[in-house]
Amino acid sequence: MQTHFTEAQLADPGVARANEILRSCVHCGFCTATCPTYQVLGDELDSPRGRIYLIKDMLEAGRPADAQTVKHVDRCLSCLSCMTTCPSGVHYMHLVDHARVHIEKTYRRPWVDRMLRNVLAFVLPHPGRMRLALLGAKIIRPFRRLLPDARLRAMVEMAPKTIPPVSRNDDPQVFAATAPRRMRVALLTGCAQKALNTDINDATIRLLRRLGCEVVVAKGQGCCGALTHHMGKEDQAHSAAAANIHAWMAERRGAGLDAVVINTSGCGTTVKDYGHMFRNDPLAADAAEIAGLAKDISEVLAQIGLPQGAPREMRVAYHAACSLQHGQQIKSAPKDLLKRVGYEVVEPADSHLCCGSAGTYNLLQPEISAQLKARKLATLEAKAPQVIAAGNIGCMMQLGSGASVPVVHTVELLDWATGGPMPRALHESA
Amino acid sequence: MDMPQPNARIIARKSSILALLSQVLPPDAVIGDPAETRAYECDALAAYRCQPLAVVLPRTTEEVSAVLRICHAEGVPVVPRGAGTSLAGGSMPTEDAVVMGLARMTRVIETDYENRFIHVETGRTNLSVTQAVEAEGFFYAPDPSSQLACAIGGNIGMNSGGAHCLKYGVTTNNLLGVRMVLMDGTVTTIGGPWDEPGSLDLLGVVCGSEGQLGVVTEAWLRILPKPEGARPVLVGFAENEVAGACVADIIRAGVLPVAIEFMDRPCIEATEAFAKAGYPDCEALLIIEVEGSEAEIAEQLAKIKEIALRHNPVEFREAQDEDQARRIWLGRKSAFGAMGQINDYMCLDGTIPVSSLPYVLRRIGEMSAEFGLGVGNVFHAGDGNMHPLILYNANKPGDLALCEAFGAEILKLCVEVGGCLTGEHGVGIEKRDLMVVQFAPVDLEAQMRVKDVFDPQWLLNPAKVFPLAVSAGRRDAVTTGPGASPRTPGIFEDRKCQA
Repeated sequence: MQTHFTEAQLADPGVARANEILRSCVHCGFCTATCPTYQVLGDELDSPRGRIYLIKDMLEAGRPADAQTVKHVDRCLSCLSCMTTCPSGVHYMHLVDHARVHIEKTYRRPWVDRMLRNVLAFVLPHPGRMRLALLGAKIIRPFRRLLPDARLRAMVEMAPKTIPPVSRNDDPQVFAATAPRRMRVALLTGCAQKALNTDINDATIRLLRRLGCEVVVAKGQGCCGALTHHMGKEDQAHSAAAANIHAWMAERRGAGLDAVVINTSGCGTTVKDYGHMFRNDPLAADAAEIAGLAKDISEVLAQIGLPQGAPREMRVAYHAACSLQHGQQIKSAPKDLLKRVGYEVVEPADSHLCCGSAGTYNLLQPEISAQLKARKLATLEAKAPQVIAAGNIGCMMQLGSGASVPVVHTVELLDWATGGPMPRALHESA
Repeated sequence: MDMPQPNARIIARKSSILALLSQVLPPDAVIGDPAETRAYECDALAAYRCQPLAVVLPRTTEEVSAVLRICHAEGVPVVPRGAGTSLAGGSMPTEDAVVMGLARMTRVIETDYENRFIHVETGRTNLSVTQAVEAEGFFYAPDPSSQLACAIGGNIGMNSGGAHCLKYGVTTNNLLGVRMVLMDGTVTTIGGPWDEPGSLDLLGVVCGSEGQLGVVTEAWLRILPKPEGARPVLVGFAENEVAGACVADIIRAGVLPVAIEFMDRPCIEATEAFAKAGYPDCEALLIIEVEGSEAEIAEQLAKIKEIALRHNPVEFREAQDEDQARRIWLGRKSAFGAMGQINDYMCLDGTIPVSSLPYVLRRIGEMSAEFGLGVGNVFHAGDGNMHPLILYNANKPGDLALCEAFGAEILKLCVEVGGCLTGEHGVGIEKRDLMVVQFAPVDLEAQMRVKDVFDPQWLLNPAKVFPLAVSAGRRDAVTTGPGASPRTPGIFEDRKCQA
């Protein structure tokens, strides 16, 4: 598409990148077809092509974000389904990220919005605060109908009924391989995930050790930065990311590191983009190196190889997290691994569509999120599975709050099939 | 691109028109904020843009009718829009027009497998029609490359084709009936699931009428049982012309594959990067698909191979499995978008006799050198429906005008060799001014009289299809309705819209 930026505007690296992306878009409209919000809302403004247009207009004019543009950009899930579909290679992710930063800098949201977003940015990336918040939600839960805002109700409803105790596995330490050592990997233990569910990291560590990996929980690592990044809070996101880069590079330069393993695919997409995030920063080289080391757990397992398992009498509906299938283009590895260890794997219709979780989306856009959740659950349950597996805590929480069968992380099933314990969610439903 | 002077009286009454529309539509279905209407200023022909007065997104035929009644009474032009994937600017607005988007009308109303039809709302995408019936072993045959996104309404408007139309025909051959709303709000049904022997073929008039006659909100479509099997083969050649000659020979031999598609090197490379289909390294590629039982496939392939080998292909290769077949088609159907990796482009749609393929391909190559603009060719070779993609730099002053001039020369060449301006994209805004190359004044007059009958005020999809000079008398004559200004000659002086 034609763009109208001045030379002065293009001197800003963010605008220059946006221009490059806009120039590659030919406005063909393919992306509309696979955009979840366009499916639900039927307005081009709530499709990638429409948002690209809104963003283009906002950036070219160099004006502060207006309420309409903010509304439609806020409705974007960042599921990146459009990037899988786009034949022209439009890097929508970098464009919408840039727009979000522009919005955050130039637009004053109504105070309720500001308050909610600041609370989320304050709480979610910090497991201690998150646990307290979950406890608070648990107390408020019986009175949630009295809450004045649908988003507050969504937050309270999303909180799990039981809050797991802190897992000491998430403390900085090194787990020796229990089989002949093949790799030394760092595990991103995450932030919100370990407050919501400690089984995922436990299963990941057991599985990796059993396969010959020394697993490092590096000192100083924390939230990957994705949660604040998607809210346009650039500084907070960058400082979280920088802490991780320092923590992992210290290991890399010390005892060595073959990979940074991530079992929350939403984080994986962001860590793999650290190179871009810091491209104009003194940390650029280290950031790019870490981005190159970042691997989803399913990629590492596919690389190491899992032992072939006997058929297990269990039908698993695999839910493809958007951050895996679109953000990281990892499509078959999780399914292949599940099949290899003996599960029967089924997939829902329209597997490319988001479940509506999308980081903080289900908390900030509860109406659209609920529609997407209902669609996803209907297509998953049409396959009559005994369990639903996903590679992202956000999807697990979203689906788990409505599914009639247990929802577990893919690694929990893989760990179970290769000698680990039965996943807790299966236990409890048995 | 020349556009008629917008009606200032309509623009001045924008807020009262929005208020009227809001009486018959829910709040989320009326868009009037300029920050939001901007995104509707163009379709997939993004070189031509014009921000509309307003956008409406109705959910039912009744809402469509209510909107049209208002616009009719107020003298407001209406631009119907399906998915906005037109490459000819078929849904480009004017400044005084209301865009009527049908993207919320996507229901399947009825499927009847015994009688092989599906009844759908026309905002539904082409591919999702097939997806709705494929579990029962059926499909909807017309398959434009944009089938993932394009709407059935747009397909009917442009009489769209697609790769597999060589065997199955285009939209008009697969359309049984429509429910259509006329400009005055009248809802009418033409055709339906059953034949209407003895009546005038009004359906044939509506299909391909580019939104000039009414807004089609529902359609009855023919669905067909899927063939037992299908297999694409890739045939690579060292020269475009040789590939063209091979196509002509296959057609002359009386072999009817389901598709014969052509891609030249720039398109092969761009699509390979996206689809990873394993296309051969060659100057020109034919994708030929045959279908039927294993025996039928083998017999047809043998004949095609014999003909192809006479043209010394650099490669002749069958798809090895379903995944490869899928990738071969993914690449072909993404070719236009994939060319966007290289540069901006304008996609043409001229159709020529198959026997002229070698000559026209050679001339396009020569013209490319003359104009100094690159061309990618990717098209439905079996039925001579060419899609030269002229590459240009939209940010370089003068490049678009050069591209337009080059495009016009190619289309004139198509008419010269006995072909026509458009195969499946429609005339829209892009080829409007070239209609005089193909049609004599008397032909255009006859076509405009058809529009007079359906849309006497000339409010539907303005400034499309008919050259402005040719339609000026009619557009000037329209003075009815409280919103229409008494138009004196000269008020319709053509002006430049943003381009």
